[in-house]
Amino acid sequence: MPAPLSTTGVQTHPLGDAALLAELGTRLDTALNTRAIALASALKKRRDVRQAVAGYASVTVHFDPDRTTHDALAAAIKRLASKRPPMAEPGRLHRIPVTYDGPDLEAVAEQLGLAAATVAEIHARPIYRVFLIGFVPGWGYLGPLPEELELPRRHVPRTKVPAGSVAIAGRQTGIYPLATPGGWHLIGRTSVKLFLPDSDPPCLFRAGDRVKFFAARA
Amino acid sequence: MSHVLRVEKPGLFSTVQDLGRPNAIAAGVPPGGAMDRFAHRAANLLAGNNEIAATLECTLSGPELVALRSCLVAIAGADFDPHVNGRPVPAWTGIFLSQGDELTFAGRRSGARAYIAVAGGVAGDRWLGSLSTNMLAARGGMHGRLLKAGDVIAVEGQASAPAISGRQLGHHLRPDYAAHSLAAIVGPHINRLGPEGRKALFGAGFTVSRDADRMGYRLEGPLLDAAGDELLSFGLAAGAVQVPSSGQPILLMADHQTAGGYPVVATVASAAMPVAAQLLPGDEVSFAEVSLEAARRMRAAQRAALDSLIS
Repeated sequence: MPAPLSTTGVQTHPLGDAALLAELGTRLDTALNTRAIALASALKKRRDVRQAVAGYASVTVHFDPDRTTHDALAAAIKRLASKRPPMAEPGRLHRIPVTYDGPDLEAVAEQLGLAAATVAEIHARPIYRVFLIGFVPGWGYLGPLPEELELPRRHVPRTKVPAGSVAIAGRQTGIYPLATPGGWHLIGRTSVKLFLPDSDPPCLFRAGDRVKFFAARA
Repeated sequence: MSHVLRVEKPGLFSTVQDLGRPNAIAAGVPPGGAMDRFAHRAANLLAGNNEIAATLECTLSGPELVALRSCLVAIAGADFDPHVNGRPVPAWTGIFLSQGDELTFAGRRSGARAYIAVAGGVAGDRWLGSLSTNMLAARGGMHGRLLKAGDVIAVEGQASAPAISGRQLGHHLRPDYAAHSLAAIVGPHINRLGPEGRKALFGAGFTVSRDADRMGYRLEGPLLDAAGDELLSFGLAAGAVQVPSSGQPILLMADHQTAGGYPVVATVASAAMPVAAQLLPGDEVSFAEVSLEAARRMRAAQRAALDSLIS
């Protein structure tokens, strides 16, 4: 039987004198992430909160230190976190075409003892969840990646990964929105734009959205 | 909008900055904004502006500007030895420029970043609610790029306060930029360091490495061991001191990445960030542990210094 949903045990830590980190748990878990997203959106409505950003299982709250204190906000977060979260609405579904010809595909396949085509097939199988947006503009941390594809990050990160690269690391997958340094394994590429600088919000994905990859013809 | 200054020489790295775009972090966009917010705010207030107006942030060297019409300007932050028509002028002071006057800087004497405010507020491209320049996205400020020779600086509107030339922020009210001890509050993952690591973090100190820019500073010195279970990525804040597996800490600055999974062992107090903003590669820096209450008092003292400029 699954353990009952824990609604207590939120831990808050200062992130300086104008922000705090509220941790709901330490597991990569859809239910925890749903609670984090709900808590962030409840906190954003407060006048003393400037911004609240959901992590995998946490919320980082940027507050106005002229309007509140860490302790007062921590108490409010404990109250909010103990409320039953609203029924999670399924996020928008994005279908992303991928050309599975990344520079690391062969090496990944070899390390996993799979055929390259099988790596692509397994990667395109699940509907992934967007756990959080962050790191660089438009980046979404997607998961969970099937265990069969789990690999540690590259030992030596690349100094420049081309925009549109589809990558995996650990139990995560993602798409590089911009040409940036990166340590994930590049298994494919997509032409879909993740970072939309002239839209508001300037990114395709939102936390809680769902993503389905499919093999595009090369 | 009206044109006030022409850029004859841009300086090494000069951008338009305001107080940033805190709402954009939910999209993974760095908050950005002035690195030294005290100097940015003070320059604006001395020029008769609201604190949220945009200024020019000039790193390592100042620009050469010519006034296209009379205007009130103010310079604050790093000391680049400002001159008008070849004569030295004081920083942290409202300065009246007549049409044709030349504002130049003789050279860096201390600090990393000087701020130039113009009455009416520097105009620029607004992106996601802010005029701050984001070079990665090539948006905001002067078309998302550094100033270059031939650019014309316009102002957004009228100054909110009457133009008073010669008004000054006293020495005792300015940040002590020479004291490189940064007040910091222990972070969420401080317990990963253990007593020895904690002593090293708040000990003799570090040197700012060459890898130091608006995103953050890599620090050299004692290696910190914050090893443990891999953390799930979480949202970050400016001032956070991250410890990657190399053990070499990183101090996050205004253009920091918005999320990450490295342990955060401390966060620099907001009142100490202006001093952090003026550090350069090779500078020594240390962290001094303070309570949230002490950080709040430091913040209130800075606020009172700025409020002394609001009549």
